[in-house]
This record gives sequence, structure tokens and C-alpha cells, in this order.
Amino acid sequence: MSVLIYIDTAEGHIKKSSIEAICYGAKIAEQLGTTTEGVVLGAVNDDVAALGKYGVKKIHHTTGDAFSQFDAQVYTKAIAEVAATTGAKVIVFSNNISGKAIAPRLSARLKAGLVAGAVALPNTDNGFTVKKNVFSGKAFANVTVNTEVKIISLSPNAYQVVAGEGTAELVTANVAVTPGKVTVTNTSKASGDIVLTEAEIVVSAGRGMKGPENWGMIEDLAKTLHAATACSRPVADAHWRPHNEHVGQTGFAIAPNLYIAIGISGAIQHLAGVNRSKVIVVINKDPEAPFFKAADYGIVGDAFEVVPKLNEAIKKLKSTA
Amino acid sequence: MKILVCISKTPDTTAKIAFTDNNTKFDANGVQWIINPYDEWYSLVRAIELKEADASAAIHLVTVGGADAEPIIRKALALGGDEAIRVNADSSDSFYIASQIAEVAKQGSYDLIFTGKETIDYNGSSIGGMVAELLDLPYISLATKFELSGKKATVTREIEGGEEVNEAELPLVVSTQKGMAEARIPNMRGIMAARTKPLKAVEPVAAETLTSVAAFGLPPAKVGVKLVSPDNVDELVHLLHEEAKAI
Repeated sequence: MSVLIYIDTAEGHIKKSSIEAICYGAKIAEQLGTTTEGVVLGAVNDDVAALGKYGVKKIHHTTGDAFSQFDAQVYTKAIAEVAATTGAKVIVFSNNISGKAIAPRLSARLKAGLVAGAVALPNTDNGFTVKKNVFSGKAFANVTVNTEVKIISLSPNAYQVVAGEGTAELVTANVAVTPGKVTVTNTSKASGDIVLTEAEIVVSAGRGMKGPENWGMIEDLAKTLHAATACSRPVADAHWRPHNEHVGQTGFAIAPNLYIAIGISGAIQHLAGVNRSKVIVVINKDPEAPFFKAADYGIVGDAFEVVPKLNEAIKKLKSTA
Repeated sequence: MKILVCISKTPDTTAKIAFTDNNTKFDANGVQWIINPYDEWYSLVRAIELKEADASAAIHLVTVGGADAEPIIRKALALGGDEAIRVNADSSDSFYIASQIAEVAKQGSYDLIFTGKETIDYNGSSIGGMVAELLDLPYISLATKFELSGKKATVTREIEGGEEVNEAELPLVVSTQKGMAEARIPNMRGIMAARTKPLKAVEPVAAETLTSVAAFGLPPAKVGVKLVSPDNVDELVHLLHEEAKAI
């Protein structure tokens, strides 16, 4: 019996969202009085054993070529095999892009109930109930898993990473590799940028910026804060900014610690993608902008004046901190 | 080519979210129902475009829901589906729903199954993957582009901070999102035609329910925004640092 965590990688690096999943899984193992194991598929450049400091005791790893590209079907079969060898009772994923592809497949394969997008630890007092967001963050549901094996995919940024001491034991995962039916022919990435869905701070701007030529101050502020940049739908639709920056109902749903919305009115469709942010700051010259109702802090003022001043003030704080 | 498009009925984006029966049921009172936007704008419209490029293609719609789902499925037919199947069951469990869709898919031997990336009510993003597993088919999730050449599909999907191009042979399950197609509105001819298009109700097959909702709840309301003067951004920085501990 164990808690098994799927540790996801991109370009040979362990994703931050998977480290959250490890910490979360280790805490569940503690709750259930069992051990924490992990599974990594494909070659990794990072030090896998060092993940022990997040609470995982043993990691099953295979560097097989079959895992050099992502195919949910192939990955699912391999994880199912490791789950069987470890006698996993709870299997934890990050509800990131890979998790959304694999966890449902594994749930159907093992007939193990899935809670997709968990935001808290399970309540095991009376059964096994996990809280998740529903209605695009406007409500939550406590979902009871009725099966012996449970699968949880954890929302990114929903669980605090805590590093302790320790090294994980590495074992080779002996999994039968099935040939995949999907071939990856090309990968393109915006290099050097902070991944929007994993970012702790997001600086986002909307139509109030008047045009793409004015984004310099947004990027400067993001740089000072080590934040990812985002935008509203009209901005992406007008091609002022790339679509992969669009947050909201049809774009990305994000949950950073801090979301700074500049020149965004806060339509309900936009809020649906950002309302799980822990702290929301709104800068808008229209005091009636609906976004102020969803904000924690606000400045009614002209972004063109406020944003550069804010950037300088934060720089000052960082230089003294 | 036969395409199966999964259609879910969801409350309108602007609907007031409330619960009844001791917080165990969604309060549907006064709620406007729509086709789940991802199912409509991306899955269905892309299927229609594929049919426009290949007149021999057929688009079937499937929904799992009660008779109250029929206006939604009629609207989907008006947009361009050829026929629809409603599995007469109601469940909040994705595996139960996926099992029903997989059964319909088996009966109809489809080349391509489209689902939206998630529904805007349960936000599970689970049905596509589960259906693919139940049918032992490849699954490409969060697709932003889909092109077809004979039996070979070229699909662009989202990855963290970028995108990836995948190739796979049909049959295939794909979950779709923004980028796939542009939203359309049904025209009068489509609405008239939809009235006589076949809409068949079938009874569900036996399937397990793996999860259940114990209770719903609403997040605590925001206490109200703390406004700071635009001439005093230092105060905002101070609050974010000391009070919110966000920077």
C-alpha cells in the first residue's frame, strides 16, 4: 500500500506543479500512515533522488525511449503497471496539461474514482472526500471517491511546497512498453518566459493599454516581480498579444498568489479564469469597472502613470529587502 | 467519415450559482442553459468545417442527460449536426458519463470523437481521456488546431508555455479548445432543418459511479476592495508586502 505520485517533466526538467503534487501526496501518505512513492517516465536532467526532500521515499524511474515524447495512452499503461507493483491506494497527479491527459485515462483503466482539480487535502474522517473548484471557480464541491483506489489531480498553485531533508531511493521501473500511436513532429516554446499556469505572480493587461506598443511597462513590471505576463480576450483577439497569454473562460484558468490586472474591466468571462488567484490587484481608471468588486486592492487611476510608479516602488522594496 | 461530437448542457456563463437540498443540488431556478461553450465553439464548429471539406462526412451528436437537454441538442443540430443521440441518464460522475458515450461510440464505429476541453460546470476535463481509454484509442488533449489528410490527423495541442504538433491515424479522440474554429450562430435554414433531424433517446447501459458530490459550497465573499490613491503607490507596495505577503 502506498501513495503514488506521477512526477511530470518537460524537456528533462521536473515541473514545479509536480513538486507541489509530491508535497501534497506525501501529506496524504502521512494522513493514511503509509509510504510515498513516485514515478518518473523518460530521461531527466535534474537530480531525481533529491526530490526526497519533498517527502517522496522511493522513485520508480524508467529512461526508456518510448517516453521521450508524450503519448497519454503509453504513459497511462506504464503508470498503471507501477501502481500495481506498489499497491497504490492513492495516485496523485498535478492537474497540469499532462495530468489532464493521463489521470482520466488511468481512472477509466483502473476503475478508480478521480477528483480532477483538487484544491485541498482529502478529508478521511468518514470516507474519502476531496474539495475541488466547480463552476469555473464560482463554487466548490466536496467530491467523495467511492472506489478502493483513488486518483487525485491537484490544481497548480493550490498546495504549498515545503522542502525538508532526505534523498529518495531510485529504482528502475520495469514497465512493458507499448508502441504509441501518436507522433510528436514539432514543439515550439516561448523560451525564457515564466510558464503562465505555474507562475506565482501574474501581471495582466487589457484594452485599457490602448495598443501593443504600450506593453513595455507591463513587461518591465513583470520582470521586476519575476512574474508571467497575461492579457484579456480582446487583447489576444486583436493580436496585440499572443493567444498563449490569454486568461479567462476561453483562455487559461490560473490561480497565482498575486494577480495584477491593469486596464481590464473584469467581465465575468475574464473573472472565471482568474478568480482563484489568492490576491487580486486592479488598476483601472474607471471606478465603476466590475473588476474592483472581485479585487483585494485597487487603484483608480491612469495605468500609464500608475504602472511605472508601481514598478519603481517595487524595485525600491526589492533593493532594501 | 463519421464524427461523434460530445455535447454537454451547462448553465450560462453569467448564471447565478446557488445550491438547494442542503447544498447537494445545483439550483436550476431561473438558469439559462447553453451548450457547453467548448463543445459548441470548438468541437462542433470544427466538425462542421470538416464536413464542409468532405461532403461524405457525417456528424453525430451525443449527450448524456434528461429530456430537458433536448433544446440544447436541437440547437447543436441547427448549427450543423446530422443526427443526435441522447442517453437518458443524469450523473455528476465523469466515469459514468464517459461509459455511456463510449457505448454510443462503439455502436456507431466513429473515426473521430471530439469533446470540449472541459465543461464550465464541473471543470473536470476528464470525459475525452476516459472515453479514449474505454475504447483503447489514442487521445490528444487541449487541441488548438486539427487538420485531416485522408486518415492522418495533424493536431496542434497546448503544452506548458508553448505548443506541440502531433500526428496520429484515425480513429482518434481529441479534446478541443480555443483556436480550433470560430464560433458560429445557427441560421434560419439550420433551425428549420433541425426540427426534423433525428434525435434518438436511448437508455443508459449499466456503469459504475466512481465518485459522488457530498456537498457544494460557495467561496467566502471578498471583504471588499482596499483602494489606494494613485499618488501613493508606495502604500500599495507596503500592503502587498506586509499585509497580503504577496510580494
